[in-house]
Amino acid sequence: MKILTLNFLMCARKACKSSSDAFPLHPRDVELEIVETDINPLFIRNILPRVEWAALRAMCNELGLPQLSETQPSCTDLFSTENLDPDATDSEPTQTLRDLHNLLVQTCIMEGKLVCGNCGHEYAIKEGIANFLLPSHMV
Amino acid sequence: MDMLPTPDTSHVSFDRIYEPYEDSYLFLDTLSSATEISFLHQRFSAAHEQHGSPMIVETGVGSGVVLAFAAANAHIILGRPDVVTLGTDINSFACHAASKTVETAISEMRSLKTTSLDILNTDLTASIRPGLVDVLIFNPPYVPTEDLPDAVKHAEYNLRSTMSPATSFARDSHLLALSYAGGVNGMEVTNKLLAEIPVILHPKRGVAYVLLCAQNKPEAVKQSIRQWGSEWRVLTAGFSGKKGGWEKLQILRIWREP
Repeated sequence: MKILTLNFLMCARKACKSSSDAFPLHPRDVELEIVETDINPLFIRNILPRVEWAALRAMCNELGLPQLSETQPSCTDLFSTENLDPDATDSEPTQTLRDLHNLLVQTCIMEGKLVCGNCGHEYAIKEGIANFLLPSHMV
Repeated sequence: MDMLPTPDTSHVSFDRIYEPYEDSYLFLDTLSSATEISFLHQRFSAAHEQHGSPMIVETGVGSGVVLAFAAANAHIILGRPDVVTLGTDINSFACHAASKTVETAISEMRSLKTTSLDILNTDLTASIRPGLVDVLIFNPPYVPTEDLPDAVKHAEYNLRSTMSPATSFARDSHLLALSYAGGVNGMEVTNKLLAEIPVILHPKRGVAYVLLCAQNKPEAVKQSIRQWGSEWRVLTAGFSGKKGGWEKLQILRIWREP
């Protein structure tokens, strides 16, 4: 399961939907793996407006990954200054962009748990697939 | 437009995962039809870049053939090279198989590649944060049946462990039934998904594609969607098997207009 995916998920329980503690889920006892993926600089740039940066920073802290900057990088942090035309896809990606690709798309949780900060329910991740199914009394 | 290739599903075990069929192929045809491409470009093409990368979500991916097709052809269907996809299935075997289907299809893309997130083992859209989904795809279990598969048994049958032949047969029947058995009017699961649409779709740009068969009473379904509110729109975006004026299968496009 990719780190970026976690930014789009919350606890599956209906009772947690309105709680601000149900997002982000907290990773526990995880095994991480880097899965090599082609870099798409345009994607990294354009997914950032949809990312909850504070939640991503918190996730990195909990996983013991290198700390992210306090504020979300801007477009000028992502491409080399030689070519600032945002439509030029050949514009050279910066190390910041490469680091984000590595974190968001290549860093995967293969085994472990995701814990809801509101209800404490634990969701298992096995062989890279997260299981959010709830026993019927908890739905 | 030339026919776009159908994603490879030769690694999928069809004993316990729905095999791509007429309904799946109707999705491929509909999503790549000139009408839908034009509609989706208007909503999502590069001119809308400031809104960020569009997210395609398929609930109940099965083999993954539809999501893989949408992912591999996102640059044609949505008109941009920065699309992200996410899938769900209640069947853990389907999650593993569909991950491979989607990844393989994307690996064959020649230009900038679509980003596939994960296939989550979850019930419909449960665990996805509200308001994020730009394009929602659902090919439901639509066959009218007396009952839905036993939910109490699911946790046991969903385990990827080896079992005795008898238990393994019962497990496979259970998992396959989840892919087709729709309960009363074949609508029990679809009604659940329809109720999630106003919450899960992006409030402005979101659009859902949902397949119905004739026994699902499509006209009544459309009528009920129109009653969600004056901003809601629904139309038949694709159909197959027209007989005596009735479509055997049809795909609804459901969206909001400002």
